[in-house]
Amino acid sequence: MSLDLTLRAAPTVPLEAEVLSPARLAGLSAAEAAKLPVVHGNERADVGDFFRIGGAADGQLDITGDLSMVKRIGAGMAEGRMVVHGSVGMHLGAGMSGGEIVVEGHAGDWVGAEMSGGRIVVKGNAGHMLGSARRGTPVGMRGGEILVFGNVGNEAGNGMRRGLIAIGGDTGDFAAVNMLAGSIVVLGHLGSRPGAGMKRGSLIAMHPAELLPTFSYACTYAPVFVRLYLRHLRRLGFDIADSQVNGSYQRWCGDGIELNRGEVLLFDAAGTASRG
Amino acid sequence: MGSPLRIVNGRVYDPANGVDGAVRDVCIRDGEIVVDVPPDAKRIDATGMVVMPGGIDIHCHIAGPKVNLARKVQPENHYGDVQLRTRLTRSGTGGTVPSTFATGYRYAALGYTTAMEAAVTPLGARHALEELHDTPVIDKGFYVLVGNSVLLYRLLHEGRREEFRHALAWWLNATKAYAPKLVNPGADELWKGYRNANVTSLDDKIGALDLTPRRVIAAFIEAANELGLPHPVHIHCNNLGHSGNFETTLETMRLAEGRRAHIAHIQFHSYGAAAAKSQSNPTSRARDIVEFINAHPNISADVGAVMFGRSTIMTADAPLAYMLRRFGTGKWVNADTENESGCGIVPFIYQDRVYTNALQWAIGLELLLCSADPWRVVFSTDHPNGGSFMSYPRLIRLLMDREFRKEQMARVNQKALNQSGLRDCQEREYTLSEIAIITRAGPARLLGLAAKGHLGVGADADVTIYEEDANKEKMFSAPRYVIKDGELAIEDHEFRVSREGRTLQVAPEYDRGIEQVLEPFFEDFYTVRFANYPVDERYAPHAQIIPTAPQAATSPAGSAPR
Repeated sequence: MSLDLTLRAAPTVPLEAEVLSPARLAGLSAAEAAKLPVVHGNERADVGDFFRIGGAADGQLDITGDLSMVKRIGAGMAEGRMVVHGSVGMHLGAGMSGGEIVVEGHAGDWVGAEMSGGRIVVKGNAGHMLGSARRGTPVGMRGGEILVFGNVGNEAGNGMRRGLIAIGGDTGDFAAVNMLAGSIVVLGHLGSRPGAGMKRGSLIAMHPAELLPTFSYACTYAPVFVRLYLRHLRRLGFDIADSQVNGSYQRWCGDGIELNRGEVLLFDAAGTASRG
Repeated sequence: MGSPLRIVNGRVYDPANGVDGAVRDVCIRDGEIVVDVPPDAKRIDATGMVVMPGGIDIHCHIAGPKVNLARKVQPENHYGDVQLRTRLTRSGTGGTVPSTFATGYRYAALGYTTAMEAAVTPLGARHALEELHDTPVIDKGFYVLVGNSVLLYRLLHEGRREEFRHALAWWLNATKAYAPKLVNPGADELWKGYRNANVTSLDDKIGALDLTPRRVIAAFIEAANELGLPHPVHIHCNNLGHSGNFETTLETMRLAEGRRAHIAHIQFHSYGAAAAKSQSNPTSRARDIVEFINAHPNISADVGAVMFGRSTIMTADAPLAYMLRRFGTGKWVNADTENESGCGIVPFIYQDRVYTNALQWAIGLELLLCSADPWRVVFSTDHPNGGSFMSYPRLIRLLMDREFRKEQMARVNQKALNQSGLRDCQEREYTLSEIAIITRAGPARLLGLAAKGHLGVGADADVTIYEEDANKEKMFSAPRYVIKDGELAIEDHEFRVSREGRTLQVAPEYDRGIEQVLEPFFEDFYTVRFANYPVDERYAPHAQIIPTAPQAATSPAGSAPR
């Protein structure tokens, strides 16, 4: 039986609640958990002021309610599993190093910013700065997986160095901006300037995109790793066609103003068809 | 000013008054040290504790435009070190360049009660004063950058020495500064006028002017002494950070010719050329520098020690910052202030394995350990250049604890350590009295602050009480009590009052006729009208003017306060 938290009423100003993580609540009674500190606007408050607590801790944490004003859920978490039945606010799983977070609704900005391990699943949409570097630092996500089934905002994977980001819908502008390494798969459409400033890494997308003039076309081919990644993602529930798994991809090298060792791989429907 | 206070049973270290660890009472009333207080006065039992005057930082960077630029360029420093608001203290952020409020609280929490911002452009004086106003608890002042002023250069170029002195005095008044500061004198004219140009020797010609750094420095030393400023001209020598720069430093000190001069962060100016032609690594010439200072009582210096870890290089030496940009963490800023100065900022990490960084660390210690007169070679890390002021307790432990120092020496780049002279002076351990000199009594005397840095009757009641501990880093990290102007600012490690410190300034006299000389230049070349340029009183609500007076050229070691 998992520990269940239910939001009594959505806060009107942001609530910072990084205590909402499985390890922080492990072994606590409902009364003890209710005493944990949160910051409500500019005031300190208790978890119990906002959440009704039931069940018992067994490594899984279930949170129910519209938490879109609740920030930093699971930030810094290293283990355990957390399921949010609803939407969450900013900084979900920021800096996390292990464990799993599943959000049934939508998530705000900065999901998994600078995370180094673990998995974040968002069934709905996510905001800007997904898996990105925080302002002022050059390196974003360093490991782990972020899976978003809906759309995401701008600058997904900013400064990303390792790991996998998969996006079922569309991205905003500047996907993979300043990317250092790692992989981003986008099943929907890319916004403008994808891959701007990328040094290394792979941005894989299923629809044609307008690339910056500092990206140059290399070839059309069927990379084995894309096939492996897509099969992995299909197992995780993403809607991926056989033609995409087996298909050909245009390889664009960039960003030419940086190392030029990054790549944008665009699914080539025509090339795939002609190859038969 | 707080109620009368009697500190009893503490071991008192007051080197300016010859008190070396004697157990005696210290009485405080109306913000001053007094002979006695009524028996019903509040008592602080300092049994097992050490009582010292409040710490004085003679050279740090805590306010003004360049400090703020350094904050803005490093947001990552902020979210990792958040200081929450309490009932008495305001919120802030830390890192190597803390916000104004955090700066004041953190200095106070280390037992410091005075800090001098070491480089403010005249045009940045308003900004610096506003930030200093928001730097709570401690007293503070700033040194104004006049060593690359185009207008002052013109006066020197034309040989108008009298007017130059009046103009310097006008500038100190107009900006409400504490002392004149030179930074790489002559370099800005070259740096702004020619691609990647810099001064390389004291005899380089400064652009199209009939001037050299040698003439500029000598003129400032002379004028500052003639004006009777409590602190002489504060000099950041040419060639900072370059191999072989110790010769420039020695030459600069010779220019004083018996008059007072203060050399800033001298560690950065004590480098020898590579040991052999085939090598490129600098070497230590700390010994040459320290021997010169030992033999010349008119010269003083703060060390500018380097501590490993994060720092932020921030300087008015724009060409230096440009050179260092490649060694930083990726971000850098270079800027200039019209007719007055340059500026550069480079976030930096000193690493014990890196030859140059380890050598700098060793030279800082070598200078302090080889110094014969602690009154004239005083403590600083040039915060945040050599390291944050938060590393002071660790540096104190390095000086006081030989075994700890040896442990640390074993960890650093050994090639660098072998090039330094640190092993020759590794047996010395600073005493508590000597620490009180280099962090309190010495800086106070060099700054000409007669009421600070000691616990004699009439002194400002700025007192720090530390709990004795074998681990000096721990001891100096968190004083139990800090008294500022007679008020218990910190009691049992907790802030007890919310208070503002004073702003220390000088107001040397000058001939008002100089304004007729200055005004046309402002109208022609400045973005600010002459009438709008001077800073008015509102910017320094807690001002204290330190009087000017003829100053003795030497400060005899260990003598009673003036």
